[in-house]
Amino acid sequence: MSVTAFLTDSTLCIGCKACEVACKEWNGVGEDGLNWSGYSYDNTGAVGASTWRHVKFVEETPIAGFGGNAAEQASWTFSSDVCKHCEEAGCLEACPTGAIVRTEFGGVFVQPDICNGCAYCIVSCPFGVVAKNEKDGRAFKCTFCYDRQKVGLKPACAQACPTESIRFGEIEILRAKADERLQTLKGRGMEDAALYDPTHTSVGGIHAIFIVRGDPRSYNLPPNPEVPTIYAKKGWRASAIAAGLLLGGTLLAFLTDSGRDGR
Amino acid sequence: MSRDPIPLGNVEETALARERRLFEIRREAEQQGQVKSSGIRPAGAPFPKASPETGYYGIPLLKEPQWTREIPLYFFVGGAAGAAAVVGAIANYTGADQKLVRDARWIAAAGSVISPVLLISDLGRPERFLAMMRVFKPQSPMSVGVWTLLGFSAGASAAAFAGLMRERYGPSLPLRVLENAGEAASLAFGLPFSNYTGVLIGATAIPVWNRNVGDLPIHFAASGLGAAVGMLELMGHTRSRALQALGLGAAVFETWEGVRIEGRTHSHLDPLKHGRSGWITRVGGVLSGPVPTALRIASAFSGRNRSRSLRRWAAISSIAGSLITRYAWIEAGHASARNWRAPLEIPEAQEQPAIGSGPGLKG
Repeated sequence: MSVTAFLTDSTLCIGCKACEVACKEWNGVGEDGLNWSGYSYDNTGAVGASTWRHVKFVEETPIAGFGGNAAEQASWTFSSDVCKHCEEAGCLEACPTGAIVRTEFGGVFVQPDICNGCAYCIVSCPFGVVAKNEKDGRAFKCTFCYDRQKVGLKPACAQACPTESIRFGEIEILRAKADERLQTLKGRGMEDAALYDPTHTSVGGIHAIFIVRGDPRSYNLPPNPEVPTIYAKKGWRASAIAAGLLLGGTLLAFLTDSGRDGR
Repeated sequence: MSRDPIPLGNVEETALARERRLFEIRREAEQQGQVKSSGIRPAGAPFPKASPETGYYGIPLLKEPQWTREIPLYFFVGGAAGAAAVVGAIANYTGADQKLVRDARWIAAAGSVISPVLLISDLGRPERFLAMMRVFKPQSPMSVGVWTLLGFSAGASAAAFAGLMRERYGPSLPLRVLENAGEAASLAFGLPFSNYTGVLIGATAIPVWNRNVGDLPIHFAASGLGAAVGMLELMGHTRSRALQALGLGAAVFETWEGVRIEGRTHSHLDPLKHGRSGWITRVGGVLSGPVPTALRIASAFSGRNRSRSLRRWAAISSIAGSLITRYAWIEAGHASARNWRAPLEIPEAQEQPAIGSGPGLKG
């Protein structure tokens, strides 16, 4: 029962979408519809209720000359996005039914038989991962292949990845491997390679870390994701003040009015 | 012996709709010189780029709120009912007019029945509401809110029921116990019930909500109080000085809240000031704040009949303002979630980069 994680390495991803297909087939996830986005070859846009793995096609202005790049071509990197399985998970904290639980592998799992479709997790996810299935109203996201992990198998996406861009294993081992990989990449001259692993914010680390090139914002990865529970304390304090004002104000209004209340 | 499953009528309709679309495209091309649609770019236009300035093609990171129209309506009903229960209980404890007490209780009781119906309706299937009662999670504002609602509902409906029985069949000890206990519960739960929805939306990842979490509960409590006072006045209590004072207090606070929003320049407040959600916020704010404030001050310096009429108008304005304000905050949440810059901490550009309008790809 070790704490497991994904290490998704965009420098190895070839954009084949085998992970998306494997995920859909293993988990029986429905189709996404056909929409032309015009954003490179990404016609899905983001992870959602019917997309638990999502390959991003990051088209950027290239650094001319770097790796044989010509200035008029676009630089192309791919990165397979997934639920981050936060250490402090906004969706899990927000869920009023207890449908969202932490598994023994450290993942965040939505129990579909308990989820009642209140949609509170959707606005509580700082990564915009959890989404509502329009057809049945409940919330869905990556299960971290809890069923496969239970019997000692890799998640479907990691199993299907042909380039080992998606690695699966114990989180500490993967962190060490990520450091090793970054050293290798930098040694080869890929100075902009970086690890996305926000341990510095209230999210407190994630169980799906990413090797990206350059600024993670190009990959729609937020620099400072915060778990929304940090706002609750301030909110309840304001709620107590509001209750005090309402009680005090009403008492004052009726006490100063007593006996003079004509109808 | 099954019939042909293809509905032919629909096929014709679809074909017609597609033909109409072709005409639309042609008209747009003729009038604009180009056709805008997702995935389409006119020749020579810059390619969309993913970059630290444009994010991931400007696709929003956060998901929009998925609540149905029932939820802002619930915020309104719950806010008014909670505040009405507080007004009713305090009015009773301070020995005010018994008709005022009874009417306030009825507003609270009606709200305590309508509120769960609205929540259940949002879930789609009624039995799903039962899952809310599996656990009590203090760290989830929605769980706290559901239990507050249940406590409030029990208290407010018990007080109203016992009061009705007492009036009809005369006083008795069990009825008195039920009435007093119900009233105390509706007061205790009504206080948080009137404002917890501010915490509910404040403790989320939506920037316009969580940046205002320190003000939302007080703002919502004032909005609920304004609506509750308004409802009581429309039920005929247009001479009560206490209600006038409470209505004025709520309206003055809502005016200040509007000034606070309009007077500060923060990009996270933009959904409350610009676009569709901005205008809804303004309409709701004006109806909740300055309009009832002015009408109530005018009514204090008017003759008896004119004063009552002015207070009735102030009441209508406050109720409408409270309802619109709840819709405005939800609408602002949608606009805030669509703003892809905020979670990526990319400052607003003076000139929009040519990345298209970020079509809603899918849910």
